[in-house]
Formats: sequence, structure tokens, C-alpha cells
Amino acid sequence: MEDMLFYDRMQFAFTITFHYLFPQLTMGLSLIIVYFKGNFLRTKLEKYNDAAKFWMRIFALNFAMGVVTGIPMEFQFGTNWAKFSELTGGIIGQTLAMEGMFSFFLESSFLGLFLFGEKLLGHKLHFITGFLVFLGSWASGFLIIATHSWMQHPVGYEILENGKFVLNNFGALFSNIWLWPSYLHNQAASLVTASFVVAAIGAFYILNNKHSEFGKLFVKTGVVFGLISSVIVAFPTGDMAAKNVVKHQPVTFAAMEGIFETEVGGSEIILIGQPNVLEKKLDNKIAVPNILSFLTYQKWEAEIKGLNEFDEKIYPTNIPGLYYAYHIMVGLGTIFIGLMLIAAVQLFRKKLYKTKWILWSLLFMLPFPYIANTTGWYTAELGRQPWLVYNLLRTTAGASPTVSSGNTLFTLLGFIGLYLLLGLLFLMLVGKIINKGPQIIKH
Amino acid sequence: MLAVYVILDGYDFGAGIIHLFFAKTEKDKKAITNAIGPFWDANEVWLIAAGGVLFFAFPTLYASSFSGFYLPLIMILWLLIFRAIGLELRGQIHNRMWESVWDKAFGLASLLLALFFGIALGNVVRGVNLGMVANGVSTQEAHYFFLPLWNPTFSPQTEHLGIIDWFTLLLGIIGVVALSIHGANWIIFKTNSDLNAKLKKVIFNLNFVLLALVIISLLVWHIIEPKPFHNFIKSPLLWIFPLITFTGLFGLFKVKSFKKDGLGFLFSSLFLFGGLTSTVASIFPKVLPSSNTVNPSLTLYNVAAEEYGLSVGVYWFAIAIVLVAIYMVIQYKVFKGKMDDVGYGEH
Ligand code: HDD
Ligand code: HEM
Ligand code: HEM
Repeated sequence: MEDMLFYDRMQFAFTITFHYLFPQLTMGLSLIIVYFKGNFLRTKLEKYNDAAKFWMRIFALNFAMGVVTGIPMEFQFGTNWAKFSELTGGIIGQTLAMEGMFSFFLESSFLGLFLFGEKLLGHKLHFITGFLVFLGSWASGFLIIATHSWMQHPVGYEILENGKFVLNNFGALFSNIWLWPSYLHNQAASLVTASFVVAAIGAFYILNNKHSEFGKLFVKTGVVFGLISSVIVAFPTGDMAAKNVVKHQPVTFAAMEGIFETEVGGSEIILIGQPNVLEKKLDNKIAVPNILSFLTYQKWEAEIKGLNEFDEKIYPTNIPGLYYAYHIMVGLGTIFIGLMLIAAVQLFRKKLYKTKWILWSLLFMLPFPYIANTTGWYTAELGRQPWLVYNLLRTTAGASPTVSSGNTLFTLLGFIGLYLLLGLLFLMLVGKIINKGPQIIKH
Repeated sequence: MLAVYVILDGYDFGAGIIHLFFAKTEKDKKAITNAIGPFWDANEVWLIAAGGVLFFAFPTLYASSFSGFYLPLIMILWLLIFRAIGLELRGQIHNRMWESVWDKAFGLASLLLALFFGIALGNVVRGVNLGMVANGVSTQEAHYFFLPLWNPTFSPQTEHLGIIDWFTLLLGIIGVVALSIHGANWIIFKTNSDLNAKLKKVIFNLNFVLLALVIISLLVWHIIEPKPFHNFIKSPLLWIFPLITFTGLFGLFKVKSFKKDGLGFLFSSLFLFGGLTSTVASIFPKVLPSSNTVNPSLTLYNVAAEEYGLSVGVYWFAIAIVLVAIYMVIQYKVFKGKMDDVGYGEH
């Protein structure tokens, strides 16, 4: 039983982490493509249209990967989490089914038109199809996060005698206080990924002295979008998300921040330190007094509950993991703002394209937004443990009763092998597109 | 919704099978991928959406069947991935080995998918050991079960059923043949390829096979379900569904003389639609029959979600379906007619 649950969780964690590598780029990138295409309509400069077309090709590849890795996600609710699906399907089934009906149809129908229809449609209609693809992908994110928010902070439900959760207020699913901060934070984070990718490819072109015209356009666009979205990720959205956690999942917050003891006279913010769960303290810490209290409650002396105030039975299952995930996300967020700020200043002074070290930094930053997004999700998910539905349904009660661990391990290994192959093929093909560059598309 | 999925994605699978066996030249292959390229993704969404709607409207059925059919479902997922990358990646690099690897991946995945979907239908008709009854006692909650891929006897009537037995395999083969015909019809409809004349012959011949298989399956049906016509006798209006099936089937024998290329596709769609609805009509209101006498079958009534949830669902679903219909009209309008020159996969 125990190891069955373990493989179920590993499989979910592995497949969702892999899946989310793709949507996080497509959601943000679709907005940037719409921006390029819109600029082309406005200025009639060919280079914007070429830029849009170039990113469309990268988008298409990512989209295909998102689709093929997303379908297993939806199936896994039934295959691996049957008990959870049976009990809560009447509620989370709503938002997941809406995602399929409202957003996936929209996206997939118009993506075909967007990719192959430029000649048939003309530029204006082509712009509109691009916009609809953008709309579909953001709607999809919204409905997924609505589902997820319900698991973090259940609303509008009733529990029947047989243990089933039933919906009694549809509107509550969408006015959930967890939803909006989480959604905006996530979308801003997705835009961070897209901006950094655009900027990194641009920097690559400039440094390589190939396609430098486009290199400059990409770096500029990436830096502008990147600065705005990096700031939004931290404030107001990240801040709002954190306030939700303090208020509704205080024990999670204590673990995220690594606070073992409640401190009198205000809590310090931990910059570095390794949680030592056995001795209930932080090793090697570097901290700044009172900042955390201020950030959380806007009062220097406000009290923040430490882990010592809670029953160990409701501790998050993996405290160090949660703590590191959160600190990596926030740390990277700070670095992103710093780098983008410097780059923007240089851009403003018209020196950016000559400042080699910034271009190199932009290039090497490429993987980090992906890491920040992934650790962000780990913060949310590990923070929710040991619950599937916060405070109401334990994770141990959600798995499929009849699927044995041998079978789950078999499919987990299968997914690992298959996704490894997919990942390699993907990198190879993206490399090829980038190497060819934007101009080739001109027939 | 599942019927729509089968008709739409069915032609993609069929085209894949045709691709595997009959497409010899590069031109033929291009024609086939062009004919389905812009559509397969949207078609596949029908599966996702059908899954989602099943989840919210019938959570118990979703939980029970998805965990019970664990292995074949995961394998279907893998096959769907192979089919998609086969189709999408082949045109990305021009190299003979690269292309032939992905051609085979695409074709074989399509073939196996058609087979699996037929087998799945067979399992639903035959029923499963709900509650995993052994020696007269349930070892699980009444609506849970788990099926291995097969048992050594391959018989649909033992206590320990497997996914694959001779009955479900028969339906699997029907699936392959029917979808091959369907796919061939789509290719004829959407392209001017040199294949078209040859495909008409293929359809004509396959149709005899299909007819024979359908007759055999009807003959063995009563071994599985003693009273298959029960519902039809009770409400004779239901005969319309088998009627549709046979209209489709017999219509296809005339495929060589059709003036309009779309007609064949229409008939094969009728066959698929009729076949599925007749099956559903025959087991109604059961949705997953129980093969033991201890636990009752899952029916439409004992697996549905609660009333309030369903009633809001109806509203948004109605809006969504209208939107989907609009998207489809636009999509098929833009890509209307023959598609030999779309240049799919060369972007
Ligand atoms: C580029 C990525 C990225 C960056 C730089 C940040 N985050 Fe984040 N964060 C995410 C990407 C992300 C995410 C992937 O979007 C998450 C996971 C779940 C969610 O809704 O958003 C998330 C979750 C998340 C949560 C958990 C919410 C929950 O439990 O549901 C909190 C409290 C924060 N974030 C706070 C912050 C703060 C204060 C940041 C300050 C710099 C920050 N994040 C930077
Ligand atoms: C893309 C972003 C997401 C990532 C990276 C992610 C990551 C994870 C991880 C790492 C786990 C394992 C946690 C553990 O084993 O302790 C997990 C579990 C789970 N998550 Fe998420 N998750 C994401 C989004 C979602 C969403 C949107 C939902 C709901 C619709 C969801 C539902 C679940 C469920 C059902 C489990 C299994 C039970 C559990 O172990 O908690 N996840 N996820
Ligand atoms: C448990 C969680 C999840 C499930 C069950 C799930 C399910 C799916 C499915 C079935 C697809 C394919 C749809 C198609 O064919 O177009 C997909 C793609 C997508 N998913 Fe997920 N997903 C999950 C997590 C997430 C999260 C957390 C996000 C973002 C916030 C997200 C955003 C998207 C987007 C934008 C697409 C569209 C395809 C693309 O752009 O790559 N998904 N997802």
C-alpha cells in the first residue's frame, strides 16, 4: 500500500513537472507573438512579421509537446487517483471538463489556422487567430489553477454521508480567494519564462554575430517584457499568494520560511540556512531581523507562528524540500529583477547590445525561469501535503485501490523512458530552428 | 461525444493504417499527411473533452473504469504520443532513415490504436468482474476492479477475465478494418492523389471482410449477452441505429461509382455512428456490465454526479458546444476542398 502510493506520487510528480515545462513557455510566448504580429500590422515592417513567424515555429513545437504530455495528466486522475476522482469528481471534474470544452478546443482549432493559414486568411485575420490561441492558452491556465486552488482552499462544497464532495455553489469556484493571486502569479511567471527565452536567443544571435538584426529586436522585447513580468511576479502577485498561505495554511508558511520557533518581537527573514528537522532548528543561517514580519503584516513586530505551535500530525510531509523549493523560487525571482533592471538601464542608455557581460548573463539565465516555475509548483504542492484537499482529504486516501505497485512502477518507468526520448528530440529540433534563424522563412 | 471522437480521430487512425500498408511513394505519403495534418490535434481534443465530461458527469464510472483498465489506458497514451510525434517530426529533417522511422511509428501506432479501441468496446459489452469477486465474495468495493491484459485461456467467460480474449479481439479487428475504410475515404475526399483509384478498390475489398466480421460478431454476441435484443424489442424505435449501421455498410459497396468524393466518407461515418449507438442501445441503461452475480452492473443512474453539479454543467456545456461547432465550421471552411498543397510539416 505504502509503496504503491509512493509510485503514484512519483509518477504524478514526474509527468506534471515534465508537462509544465512546455505550457509555461507557450502561455507567455503566445502573448509575445501576438505583440510581434500586432506591431507588424501597425508599422508594416517585415521584421516584425518574420519575428512572429520564427517564434510561431518554436511555439508549435512546444505546443505539440504540451498536448502529448498533457493528455496523460488528465487520464492519471482516473487511473492513479481513482478514489480522489470518485470523491471529488463532481467538483474538480467541472473545472477540468470546462478546460477541455472551452480552452483546448479554442486553442487547437485556431492553432491549425494560425500555423498554416497566413496566405489563406490575410494578415488581419491571421492576427486574430493568433490572439485566439493566446486566449485559449490563458483560459486553460485559469481553469487548471481554479482546480488547483480548490484543492488548496476548498469552497462551495458539501460533504455527503458516503464521503463524496458535491458542489453547492458554482460561482464560488471562481471567486475563490486562492484563485486570483495564484493565477496572476502563475501567468506572470509564465511570461518571465517566455521573456527570458526570447532575450536569451536574441543574445545568442548578437554574440554569435548571426541574424543580429533579429538578435537586437529579441533582446529588447525580452528585456522589456522580462522586467515588467519579473516585478509582477514578486509584487503584487507573489506577495498576495504568500499572504493567503499565512492566513489559511499557517503551518505551511512556517515550514516554507524555515521558522521553527515563534519569535517574540517580530520574525527575521532567512536568506540562507539548512533546515534540521530532527533538532528543529536551522543550521548555518544568515538572516535579517524583523523583515519577514514587515513583509507579511506591514508591522515590524507582528508575530508569525513557528512550527512549534502546531501538531506534528499536520506538518507538511517534506519540510526541507518545501523550504528549499520556496527559497530557490524567491531567490531566483530577486536575481531576475536585478538582472532585468540593469539590462533595461543599459537599453535605455543605448549601450545594451555592446555590453557583452549582460548578453552572456541573459544567455545563461535561460534555464533558471524554468527552475523557478518548477520550484514554485513544488512549494504549492509540498506545502499542501499530507492533504489532497486541504484539511479534508488525506493523500493516502486518494489513490486507486486496485492498481498494484508493480503496475504503477512499470508505467512510471515507461513514462521516464518515453519522456527522455521526447526531451532529446525536442532539444534537437529546437536547436535546428534556432540555428536556421528567422530569415530563412522568407521564401 | 465519444462517437464524435471515433468518427473524427478514427479517420486519422485509418489514414495511418493506409499510410503503413499502401503509401509507397513520397507523394502518396505527403498526400496522406496533408489530408489529416491540420485536423488531428483538434480531433484529439474530443478525446480529452470526452474524458473531462465523463469525469465530471460520472465520477464513479470514471474512477472505476480508468483504474480498472489501467494498463491498456496507459498504453493508449503512449501510442497517442508516438502517433503525434511520428506525424509532427517526420517532415522536420529530410533524411531517408529519419523519415522512414517516423512513418513506421505513425503507421503502427495508428494500427494499434484502432485495435485497442475495438478491444475497449468489446470489454464494455462483455463486462468486467466488478468488486473483484473471487469464490463468491467481493475483495474490493463493489464498483472497483482491475483487469490484466490477458489470461492464459483467452476466454470471455471465465471468472478471471483479461482485457484481451477472443471476443474482444474480434471487435478489435473490426475496429481496424472499419477505421481503415474510414481513413481511406477521408483521403479520397481530401486529396487528388494517385492513390485514390487504388484506395477505392481497397475499400471495396475490405468491405466484404467487414461484412463477414460483423456477421460473425453478431452470431457470437449471444454467447456474451443472452438477450441482446431485449431493449430493441421493448422500444422498437431503437432499430433505427442498426439500420444506420447497415445503410453505411451497404452504401460502401458502391464506392467505385460515387461521383462525389465525400460520399464514401459519409457512409463510413454512418457505419461507425450506427455501430456504436446500437451497442449502447443494446446494453442500456448499463454502462459497464458486471460479469459476476454478486455486484450489480454500473448503470447510468448509479454513477452520475449530484444534481446541482450536473444542472450547472448543462448550461456551460451548451454554450461550449455551440462555440465548438463554430470553430469547426471555420476550420473546415478555411481548409476546404483538396489539400494536396498545404505543405503540412514543412514549416
Ligand atoms: C518564474 C517563476 C517564479 C518566480 C520568479 C516566483 N514564483 Fe512564486 N510561484 C511560481 C513561479 C515563480 C509558480 C510556478 O507560478 C507558482 C506555483 C503555484 C502557483 O500558483 O504559482 C508559485 C507559487 C508561489 C507561492 C505558493 C502559493 C501556493 O501555495 O499556492 C508563493 C507563496 C509564491 N509563489 C511567492 C513568490 C514570491 C514572494 C516571489 C518573489 C520573488 C516568487 N513567488 C517568485
Ligand atoms: C504544473 C504544475 C504542477 C506541478 C509542477 C505539480 C507538482 C506536483 C508534485 C511535485 C507532486 C507530488 C507531491 C508529493 O509527492 O509530495 C504533485 C502531486 C499532486 N498534484 Fe500537483 N503539480 C502541479 C499542478 C497540479 C494541478 C494543477 C493539480 C490539480 C488539478 C495537481 C494535483 C495534484 C495531485 C492530485 C497530486 C497527487 C497527490 C499528491 O501527492 O499530492 N497538481 N504535484
Ligand atoms: C494536473 C494538472 C494538469 C492537467 C490534468 C493538464 C491537462 C492538460 C491536457 C490534457 C493538455 C492537452 C490539451 C490539448 O490537446 O490542447 C494540456 C495542455 C496544456 N496545459 Fe496542462 N494540465 C495540467 C497542468 C497544467 C498547468 C498547471 C497549466 C498552467 C497553469 C497548464 C496549462 C496548459 C496549457 C496552456 C496547455 C495547452 C497546450 C500548450 O500550450 O502546450 N496545464 N494540459
